[in-house]
Amino acid sequence: MTAPDILLDVRHLTMRFGGLVAVDNLSFQARRGQITAIIGPNGAGKTTVFNCITGFYRPTEGMIRLVHPDGTEFLLERLFDFRIAEKARVNRTFQNIRLFPGMTVLENLLIAQHNALMRASGYTFFGLFGLPVYTKAERAAVEKARYWLDRTGLLDRADDPAGSLPYGAQRRLEIARALCADPVLLCLDEPAAGLNPRESDELSELLREIASADGTSILLIEHHMHVVMEISHHVVVLDYGQKISDGTPEVVRNDPRVIAAYLGVEEEEVDTAIEGAAP
Amino acid sequence: MSVEIARETQKSARFDFVGALWDAAIAAFVAFGLFSLIVGLRTEQGSTGQLVLFPRPELLFALVGVVFAGRFVVALFFRSGLMSTRHTIVSPAMRRRLDYVGSFVGVFLLLFALAIPFLFYSDRYLLDLAILVLTYVMLGWGLNIVVGLAGLLDLGYVAFYAVGAYSYALLAQNFGWSFWLCLPLAGILAAFWGILLGFPVLRLRGDYLAIVTLAFGEIIRLVLLNWQDFTGGPNGISGIPRPSFFGLPFTANDDGFAAYFGIEFDPTHRVVFLFYLILALALITNFATIRLRRLPVGRAWEAMREDEIACRSLGINTTNTKLTAFAIGAMFGGFAGGFFATRQGFISPESFVFMESAMIVAIVVLGGMGSQIGVAVAAVVMVGGFELFREFEQFRMLIFGLAMVAIMVWRPRGLVAHRSPSIFLRQKKEIPPEVLEEVQR
Repeated sequence: MTAPDILLDVRHLTMRFGGLVAVDNLSFQARRGQITAIIGPNGAGKTTVFNCITGFYRPTEGMIRLVHPDGTEFLLERLFDFRIAEKARVNRTFQNIRLFPGMTVLENLLIAQHNALMRASGYTFFGLFGLPVYTKAERAAVEKARYWLDRTGLLDRADDPAGSLPYGAQRRLEIARALCADPVLLCLDEPAAGLNPRESDELSELLREIASADGTSILLIEHHMHVVMEISHHVVVLDYGQKISDGTPEVVRNDPRVIAAYLGVEEEEVDTAIEGAAP
Repeated sequence: MSVEIARETQKSARFDFVGALWDAAIAAFVAFGLFSLIVGLRTEQGSTGQLVLFPRPELLFALVGVVFAGRFVVALFFRSGLMSTRHTIVSPAMRRRLDYVGSFVGVFLLLFALAIPFLFYSDRYLLDLAILVLTYVMLGWGLNIVVGLAGLLDLGYVAFYAVGAYSYALLAQNFGWSFWLCLPLAGILAAFWGILLGFPVLRLRGDYLAIVTLAFGEIIRLVLLNWQDFTGGPNGISGIPRPSFFGLPFTANDDGFAAYFGIEFDPTHRVVFLFYLILALALITNFATIRLRRLPVGRAWEAMREDEIACRSLGINTTNTKLTAFAIGAMFGGFAGGFFATRQGFISPESFVFMESAMIVAIVVLGGMGSQIGVAVAAVVMVGGFELFREFEQFRMLIFGLAMVAIMVWRPRGLVAHRSPSIFLRQKKEIPPEVLEEVQR
């Protein structure tokens, strides 16, 4: 049933908070090297799906299967919390940016490589005595950080505290930080929120490159419809925790149920994202 | 631009004349309310043993007058300027010069510390005080790992100090093991207790963590107080073996330290040895902390202080990170406790009351969380200052409180508020407190 290029296979995912069903029997698949977008009106359960995939919530029901390029399989709903980032290499960004504001940009990127560096430092013992094993690993980590800083255009700000960067740069830094952890799947929660048109164009370009050239698959939540329609290969639409449409941007855009959900033709609600939904 | 600001300040100052008067009146009223009973009435025992009240209106009104005048002056001249003096505008050139001088402060302090036994060899009181100060410097540096770096507010740090001291005392007394064996064991046992405390408080943050750690400190003290058979209860443990100079005891005997080196016996030799011992222990704490900050584990501590959720999203095991912070901080507390036991020769639960924890936390907070040199300076000022005012027993707490208020007003993030990055790509830039202040614990 599973094609070899399926990276993430979500089946019958349900998340209940008491009586509230935030995500209801959701199934979808994401392919390797592609950008998969999850869209939907406010409160549709998109971020809850993210939290289930990245281990911040434990799903009430369902299965989330991740297949690495080497064929190793992970059942994410069984991995605990930080192990998803550590073992299954799923990394995420947050809707309201979560950087380490009092630390420099470079330090932020080194913390993302914590587990690799921790092993290289012999769980602190080699590092404490300054053995070359560790200094070499640290130099490599700095090089990797420099590479991603260059890609995200932040190289000049490397030694500034992350909290002093402008908003757009903080967004890019958060993405760079997640990429420094070498993710197999990168989950971005509204990366274009609050960016101006030029910045969001640059972001689209960056994400496309990451997915195609670097082979990191991306799962994306986004409200900026032109970003979604432009870069994603596959769109999943949620409304009230249920999947209402699934397919290429072209298919989704013309799906009457999606239009209804966004424009509120049937349920007379929701003024949100009207200008975004109009193609 | 600056002229404009100055003019504006002047204008608002003139405009504020009535406001300042009003402000001063309120302050005077509050002062009257506070002092009317405390200062205004004096009680003395009368001839038949009853209490007699002596009203002291002159003193009361003099105090209220001082408050009024003081508040008026402050409100009139500094009010508008006060906010801007908080982030003092120092010219970049001046700043650079200050940084240059600042980079030598640590070296100077270290050289001075090394020279103390020679400078004040005959002053036994001062040497003892220096040892006490260095003990607190070490405790401050140890707690700095937990509070300053990992951001876990620990109000029960004295518990680890106590565990170290009692471990040392019991091991040395019951098994007769030497100082150099007991000291590491005291540290390891304290670290073990640090992990034990760490487990139940893993999910707690901020105020809740502070309450639990405070309770932990009290529990340890109460156990020491009530477990008579093991710890000696309130009588404590006396006759703890004194340290020897690598096997040479500091005695007047033929096999003593003085006789071996062919010098005249002097009891100060031991004090000097203790001084260098605690200096070495404190420096080990310092270098270990500096080193750890540049290692992944240290960066993870600081990252956890900044944002724990982001840490988890990057695959950092926050459980282990917290436990290592507790364990390593506790270990240094245990070393200091072991040293304390061997120096005093006698320990009892009296020495490990909450006040000690509060003192160490105050040293870390005043020094500037995460700053090594700031903590050292704060320890010197706090412990040394406390001793300085010993003659004015009554006013000691008053001055202590005033100093705390002053620092919290002018330097809310401690004496050294800057954070120094652990690594840099091109140029090392100190991180200003404004960015750090966004982090609320």
